[in-house]
Amino acid sequence: MLRLSLAEIPPRGRLLLLLLLAALLAAPFVVPHYVLSVLIIVLYVAYVGQTWNIMMGFAGLLSIGHSLYFGLGAYASATLFVKYGISPWLGMIVGGVLAASAGAFIGALGFRFRISGVYFALLTIAFAEFARILFDNFAWIGGSAGYFIRVGDRDAVDLWHLRGTPVMFFYLWLGFNVAVLALCRVLLTSRLGYFWLAIREDQQAAEALGIDTFRYKMIAVMLSAALTAFGGVLYAFYNNNLFPATTFSVARSIEMLLGTTIGGVGTLLGPIVGAFILTPLGETLTVLLAPLQDRGLRLDGVKQIFYGLCVVAIVVFQRRGVWPYLARKLKVERGGESAR
Amino acid sequence: MAKLHRPLSRRVVLAGASAAVAAGIMPRRAHAALAPLKVGVIHPTSGFMAMIGQICNRGAVVAPAILKDLGYPDLEIVYGDTESNPDIARAAGERLIDGGAQILVGAFDSGQTTTLAQTAEQRKIPLMIDIAGAPQITEQGYQYVFRNFPRAPDIVGGALNVHKLVFAASGKTPSKVVCLYRNDTYGNAIKGALDAMVPKFDMPYKIVEFIAYDPQSRDLSVEVAKAKATDAEVVLAVSVANDAILLTREMVKQRWEPWGVLSAGPGWYDQSYRKALGKLGNYVISTVPWHDPRKKLTQLMLQALDKKYPGEAVDSSTAYVFEALLIVADAYKRAGSAAPQALVEALRATNIPASDSITIGNGKGIFFDAKGQVNGIPMAGVQNQDGLPKVVLPLASAEANLVFPVPGWQARV
Amino acid sequence: MLEVYLNQIASGALTGLVYGLATLGLSVIFGVCRIINFAHGEMMVVGMYLALMAFRWFGLDPLLSVPLVGAILFCCGYALQGALINRLIDVPEHMQFIMLTAIAIVIVSACLLIFGPDLQNAPLAYAYDSYAIGPFLIDKVRILAGGAALVVAGLLGAFFRWTYLGKSIRACGDNLTGARVIGLNVKQLFAFSFGLGAACIGAAGCILLLLVDVQPYLATDYTLLAFVIVIVGGLGSLAGALVSGVIIGVSEALAGLLVQPSLKSVFSFGLLILVLLLRPQGLFGRQQG
Repeated sequence: MLRLSLAEIPPRGRLLLLLLLAALLAAPFVVPHYVLSVLIIVLYVAYVGQTWNIMMGFAGLLSIGHSLYFGLGAYASATLFVKYGISPWLGMIVGGVLAASAGAFIGALGFRFRISGVYFALLTIAFAEFARILFDNFAWIGGSAGYFIRVGDRDAVDLWHLRGTPVMFFYLWLGFNVAVLALCRVLLTSRLGYFWLAIREDQQAAEALGIDTFRYKMIAVMLSAALTAFGGVLYAFYNNNLFPATTFSVARSIEMLLGTTIGGVGTLLGPIVGAFILTPLGETLTVLLAPLQDRGLRLDGVKQIFYGLCVVAIVVFQRRGVWPYLARKLKVERGGESAR
Repeated sequence: MAKLHRPLSRRVVLAGASAAVAAGIMPRRAHAALAPLKVGVIHPTSGFMAMIGQICNRGAVVAPAILKDLGYPDLEIVYGDTESNPDIARAAGERLIDGGAQILVGAFDSGQTTTLAQTAEQRKIPLMIDIAGAPQITEQGYQYVFRNFPRAPDIVGGALNVHKLVFAASGKTPSKVVCLYRNDTYGNAIKGALDAMVPKFDMPYKIVEFIAYDPQSRDLSVEVAKAKATDAEVVLAVSVANDAILLTREMVKQRWEPWGVLSAGPGWYDQSYRKALGKLGNYVISTVPWHDPRKKLTQLMLQALDKKYPGEAVDSSTAYVFEALLIVADAYKRAGSAAPQALVEALRATNIPASDSITIGNGKGIFFDAKGQVNGIPMAGVQNQDGLPKVVLPLASAEANLVFPVPGWQARV
Repeated sequence: MLEVYLNQIASGALTGLVYGLATLGLSVIFGVCRIINFAHGEMMVVGMYLALMAFRWFGLDPLLSVPLVGAILFCCGYALQGALINRLIDVPEHMQFIMLTAIAIVIVSACLLIFGPDLQNAPLAYAYDSYAIGPFLIDKVRILAGGAALVVAGLLGAFFRWTYLGKSIRACGDNLTGARVIGLNVKQLFAFSFGLGAACIGAAGCILLLLVDVQPYLATDYTLLAFVIVIVGGLGSLAGALVSGVIIGVSEALAGLLVQPSLKSVFSFGLLILVLLLRPQGLFGRQQG
């Protein structure tokens, strides 16, 4: 497994990362509104990709039902705000606890009954679908008709209630990304990180060494779930509307893991790279095709075909992810560390 | 000193006066000075609502030319696609606004329109809702959102009145009705309105059961079996075309022949429904707002649509989109400027006489209340006959005779 | 009221047989190639569209198109396996999943482009016929569909039991190393199995066209459903796939009647969770070593 942590990246890598951060910090002052909204999507994908990465890349558990945690965070905070006026930052705590509990429940079921690999993935899908259908029929929070947060004056920035301009949300997403990246780096180089590495590489050997695999896997699951829920909160307050069919969908779960898988599972920068490849790819295709569609040409599906083919190509040619490949090309990786 | 001005002779005055009079009666192209208004028209043109979205857009295809001939300013239409998805509706709105759209029109589906309205309000760009029934959209205190379409309570109120007319005209009154409704924003809005209003309207029937079905469902046999088991005489449906097709087929296969299907929404009069089912799709009565074929502008619209899409019946989806563009053009003409604030004020002051509009309307004209809503829009009873939707109620506007109770399935095939 | 329940059980069972046939394809692919085919629903939709075209161009009843569609999908599956899937054998599961999901996206979008987004079906002369047998009122198309599914499943079973090729494939599934040792051409057998699985799925799609209208976005529901059925029945068991299909079909029908129809999928997922927890090898599967 190729792991890169910030402290160990040679000067070149660190420079690249800082350049990217600087570019992003300056972006709202330079780019048009549309590009800013695309960047926000990129940062959202990067963030949830990173939180998913904790469960998959660090603990080795494939979850295709991460939309469950996302949705729990989103609905919990939205409900508390709309019905009781409670700040979404507090709502994040509630959402995080809910999501972590759900994650703990699923994780415990999985481990207790020794479900792994694809079976575990299917279990996660089942729970997410469960949630989707239940929320669809939960009239108190809108049901399938959707739950809406009242949009106020967009120009007034109210950080405590997460009401404000897209620029405010951009910086929030950027901040979340930096925070989760820092957290992952710290965790990876800590004792916990090495236990995770051991469990991921050979669980039986790890157990033989006396490592409590159950405990550390559970930590990964709960952490991943809670952090994903935080992303859900931010998303809910940016979008101002929630529908179970799109919030808890399998499609959203796939969207969350696609970036990381393309970029490189288990790596710190994989989710970011993947997000920066995928989202602009989709948007560029939309923009390119738009003038043709204005002229009445029916081109439904063309964008998705290209998108799918690009993903297939990436998987075929760089199955370990784009970031490890890029890292080699840019001579950013540490010498001597071999990719598994 | 030379005389610079000739004293005004009678001839000059007369010439000047007649020139002024001539200018008054000539067709006013005075606003050719106004730049074309960029209008973003957003509907679900792909995804599961694609068919109806494309039919909505027909209104936008033919409207600009006709409106221009009548002296309204130029409209430059740019299209957005919601992909039948509320999240994408928001993105489509954002993209069009970033591309310079000065006003938005859309979006047919209540869920998609709600997110679009949020976007419009946030970006401070006016939204002219052509079609969407969920009441809460105009209850948010938005300043930039206007709607020329009835809300669910109005739709239900109108529908209940039409039901009474149906029973009176046919002499048959059911005591039990079962409601099959789509579990989405619009379906739930109608259900809520029915719950509130059926008792107040003193209806002769009781809704014995409300059966909600999953919008994504591909198999409605269980729902129809449940409905059949209630022994209701009449079905009250809230669907879109795909569900309507499934429900009808199931009713045929399960050999259930209620007195009729009354629909309080789209779908059952849609082209795709009529084409898919042929004779089996006849006799459904939809209580919907409809266009008035006697009005001048409506006739111009029908002619243009017939030329461009020959042989295709026109329904309210196209008509209301056209009317929305009429309102937009009218507001722009009065505002004289495409600035959002100017457009919004002009929209608030809208007062289009009933004779100049397209739809049946409230009879007094198109004007908005404080919440940006047009009120009092009545429902017509439209029945599919010979594969075409025909107005059968109110009797004063009827194009064909009401058939109720409807012939059984076997009798038609 | 009892009539209603009986009818629903019957039609649920018949529909379940078709689901079971589709799941057979999934089961074969996983049992032998160890690939979780996340493009399952999409392949079924392709089968449906092929049957639709056969109906429109040649007037072929979908049931008669089954061999044709099966053959086409077999070739496609065979080719796809060789070209792309082969590379996925040793790759971690999430990459498999992404690759097949991407292929699924391409398939759905191609269908959308070619056929458009509307629901389409093959208007058959007997589409609205139903038989009234005692308390039962069952659609003719459902009886034919269920019957066809049984026939195809039976043929498949016979193939696996009595032909050399079938036994070779089962050998690969049971013990890959052993199969190699006795000299079986594993690579070709993999490709053949994938093709066979695809043919099954295509045949099921063909038959499903009798019951359901086709549109490009139908696929996701069916992929999920197939996974529920295959887990409940047990991967690698033919009888399990069919029986489990029937169980799921009936449970959905009953759940719709007993509770709200919009909640009927909850039962299927609940069953999946129970099976995963209590008997992960499925009702008919063998204990995985």
